[in-house]
Amino acid sequence: MNAAVQFVHEQLTAKKEFPKFKAGDNVSVNYKIIEGGKERIQSFRGDVLKIQGTGATATFTVRKISDGVGVERVFPFFSPNIDSVILNKVGKVRRAKLFYLRERSGKSARIKEKRF
Amino acid sequence: MTSIFSSDGRQTACTIIEAGPNIVTQVKTKETDGYSALQLAFGDKNEKHSNKAEINHFQKASTSAKSFVKEFRDYSLEKAIGETITVDIFAEGEKVDVVGTTKGKGFQGVVKRHGFHGVGEQSHGQHDRQRAPGSIGGSSYPSRVFKGMRMAGRMGGDRVKVKDLKVVKIFADKNYILVSGSVPGHNGSIVLIQK
Repeated sequence: MNAAVQFVHEQLTAKKEFPKFKAGDNVSVNYKIIEGGKERIQSFRGDVLKIQGTGATATFTVRKISDGVGVERVFPFFSPNIDSVILNKVGKVRRAKLFYLRERSGKSARIKEKRF
Repeated sequence: MTSIFSSDGRQTACTIIEAGPNIVTQVKTKETDGYSALQLAFGDKNEKHSNKAEINHFQKASTSAKSFVKEFRDYSLEKAIGETITVDIFAEGEKVDVVGTTKGKGFQGVVKRHGFHGVGEQSHGQHDRQRAPGSIGGSSYPSRVFKGMRMAGRMGGDRVKVKDLKVVKIFADKNYILVSGSVPGHNGSIVLIQK
C-alpha cells in the first residue's frame, strides 16, 4: 500500500475490538440507527459472505434469509455506526467468498459448523 | 484514494494530496519583471540529474534541487524567497479547486470518448454497428463535415479543473490534505490546489 494511504489509514482507524471472523462465520452485527432523532441499536444476524478491502475502507458482507428472502448488508469495519459484532458460530468453508450461497436455499445453503 | 467517516456515520470518498512543503524560489515583481508572481518548487530531485543552472537557481533560495516548479501569478500571500508554504494555508471545511492532467486513455472510439450510444440494436439482424458513430453529416448539403465534429481519437491527458472539492481533513505534520472525491490524474501525479 502507498505510504501516504497507510499513514492516513493509521490516523483514521480508531482501535475497535472485534472478534476475529472470516467468511462462513455466523455473526450478529449490532448497529446504530437513528429514528426520529433518537438512536437505538438493531441487530443483523447472518453468515459472512466476504471480507473485502484493506485499511480504513475494509467492509464485510452479511447475508441472512428474512421471511424467505435473502438479504445482504455491507458493513464498513470502521463505521462509527457499528456498535459491536458478536461471533455466534465458526463455519467450515473452503472459500474466502461464498457467493455460491446466493443460488442455494434451504438445506444446501447451510454452512457446517467448525467444532473445536 | 481512501474514505473517511463523519460522526453520524456517513462515509465520504476522498483523495490524499501531499501539499507541500513548497519553497518560494523566485519572487517576481512589477518593477523587475513587469508582473508580480511567486515561483514555487516542490519535490526533491537528485543533484546528478539537474544541471548547473537549476542547482544555482535553487541555491538562491538556499534549497536543494527540486523536481517541479510552478509560477503563480498575483499570489495573495506576501512571501520572500526561501520561505516555505505548507498546508497551513488551508482550513478544514473550505472549498478548493484541483487542477491536474487526466489519465491518458489512448485512441478511443466515440462511445467512450464522447458518450455516444452506438447505432442500432443488438438483434433484429443488425451487427457490427453497436459502437459506431452514425452519420457525420448531410450528403448534398452541406456536402462537407463540420469542424469540431465529434469523432474517435486520442482521449485523456487533458488539463482539467475539478471545482469545489471540500477539504475534509488536514495532517499538518505530514503536509497531507484530504479532499472529497477524486482528482484528475494517476496515482502520484502532480496537481495544483487553488483556493
